[in-house]
Amino acid sequence: MMDISDDVLRDLHRRMVRIRQFEEGAGKLAEQAKLPGFLHLYVGEEAVAAGACAALTDEDQITSTHRGHGHLVAKGGDFRRMMAELMGRATGYCKGKGGSMHISDLSLGMLGANGIVGAGTPIAVGAAFANRYRDNGKVALAFFGDGATNIGAFHEAANMACALHLPIVFMCENNGYGEFTPREKTMAITDVVDRAAGYGMPGVIVDGMDAVAVYEAAVEAVARARAGDGPTMIEAKTYRYYNHHGVQNMGVQYRTDDEIEAWKKRDPISGLEARMAELGVMSADDATAVWAEVEAELGDAVQFAEDSPFPEPEALLSDVYTVMEGAAR
Amino acid sequence: MTATETAVGEKSYVEAVSGTIAQLMREDDDIFVAGEDVGAFGGVFSTFLGLHAEFGDRRVVDTPISEQAIVGLGIGAAVTGLRPIVDLMFMDFVLVAMDQLANQAAKLKYMFGGEATMPLTITTTGGAGLSAAAQHSQSLEAILCHIPGLKVVFPSNAYDMKGLLVSCVREDNPTVVVKNKLLLGTSCPVPDDLYAIPLGVADVVKEGRDVTIVAVGRMVNEALVAAEKLAADGIECEIVDPRTLQPFDTDTVVASAKKTNRIVVVHEAVQFGGIGAEMTAQITEGAFDYLDAPIHRIGAPFAPVPFSPALEQHYVPNAAKIEAGVRQVLGR
Repeated sequence: MMDISDDVLRDLHRRMVRIRQFEEGAGKLAEQAKLPGFLHLYVGEEAVAAGACAALTDEDQITSTHRGHGHLVAKGGDFRRMMAELMGRATGYCKGKGGSMHISDLSLGMLGANGIVGAGTPIAVGAAFANRYRDNGKVALAFFGDGATNIGAFHEAANMACALHLPIVFMCENNGYGEFTPREKTMAITDVVDRAAGYGMPGVIVDGMDAVAVYEAAVEAVARARAGDGPTMIEAKTYRYYNHHGVQNMGVQYRTDDEIEAWKKRDPISGLEARMAELGVMSADDATAVWAEVEAELGDAVQFAEDSPFPEPEALLSDVYTVMEGAAR
Repeated sequence: MTATETAVGEKSYVEAVSGTIAQLMREDDDIFVAGEDVGAFGGVFSTFLGLHAEFGDRRVVDTPISEQAIVGLGIGAAVTGLRPIVDLMFMDFVLVAMDQLANQAAKLKYMFGGEATMPLTITTTGGAGLSAAAQHSQSLEAILCHIPGLKVVFPSNAYDMKGLLVSCVREDNPTVVVKNKLLLGTSCPVPDDLYAIPLGVADVVKEGRDVTIVAVGRMVNEALVAAEKLAADGIECEIVDPRTLQPFDTDTVVASAKKTNRIVVVHEAVQFGGIGAEMTAQITEGAFDYLDAPIHRIGAPFAPVPFSPALEQHYVPNAAKIEAGVRQVLGR
């Protein structure tokens, strides 16, 4: 167990509260039909993004998934530009062209949420390759779900990363379900991390409801990658409180209420708050202040997004290509 | 030779690939090559021969047989600032990598609201004629041209290969360079120095007044053979080589149609839904009132590429089919 400073604890807490508030806020807006398209909420899984991103520098890169808001928030994403993107506004991160599933911020090293399961992992391999090519000391971290480990792109990426010995961390968010199908129906192993050995990288299981545990594992894996010792796979056992997408119960029971409640009792944020209170790092008032501060940030972001213009029709055809100087067309 | 003139020597299509990449790599350390067998072996078609010896493991990277990850490697490296050249050994294998190509490389910039640049060059080798059968012979350019965000070049000779490859590697967008198997050994005069042929500019290979043959890739050579034969009967063919298929040089093709009033389009790919269908539509839209006959399309029949030479020779379009097509649109 490494020595975790009070500042790290506060940092982890803040990152998680920002994710939770952003996602709950987005869920409410979706219920009011203010968000077009699909919405894959990260609520419940906050410890994974927070713990992993706290172990990275601002310059390190991440690739994300369809459930990507939490990753961008954890990497320092701007609420205003995020909310505007979710509402399809011109001021959004992607000028309203990407939406929830393609939200990105290259300046933060966030190489995109991704609508295709597993597809971010080969891209993370490319970023890691570039880091080593330039010897810039940066590390790439790929977030992906348990379901993504069943798709070919993941296998190719994991094998290539290990064969080329690249500075990368594979961060598996095992929430137990691939969309609406339980993990045990889609793979014959219980621990996804068993797959790591097949590629020749160490695999670590952590409690994905414990941001400190995720952070500790990530720090070690990132250090290993940065030192040139190759990839690591971390499996964080976690849970999503909402459905695969949206906030509504879709009328079909595919998880028991008991199961959901059992995971909620291990909530990553209240768990960390209790621990910090015990350690005397954060009083109830301190915690309330953080929530209030983030709530104000969210309110401002929602207002900003609602006040923002939709993209003009002309924007439809821009950004398909980078316009080359002197090009014929 | 004056000081400003560059030396020109006979070079093969293969050398136009490997030699040009070497020249580009010498001037830009951000360029690297990755793919199956591209290292010391030099690629199964020798199009990367000599690169590993000069640039080493760091810049010439042998990869696992993992087409998705090869393209993904290129995407991740390109979006973080490098200028990768990645190879998909056979054009058929493009289909294996299609998600990374079509859903990722092509769309990242747009999905990110323009923030990303994707200076990624994908080289691949297509075409039939070597009894390589249904999974190692296809021409799949139409599928690639259908994806907004990609650019696709199809050089028909060593000179164009060098100039188009230079443009593709210097391009800040994902490009696909299609090499053709039966052109690998062909050669023509090619300047030693680097030069760029702009993307989206067709080449009028031969001028003529009676009919326009729009020919893609190796079919340009077949069209030249047909044109020579037809010339003996006093039929003057104009041959247009689009060179780049996406973006497509509509203006040059339509101008030629307005001049000759009769059109044959020919490519090696399956005719149904091929790039020739798009060309035909564009010519009809741009020069309908000038056309004296229906546009004649020539492509492969609607069947997978067969193995036996006895079948394959009937599958791939050739000079005889082009000649017959020209006679049909001319009615003589």
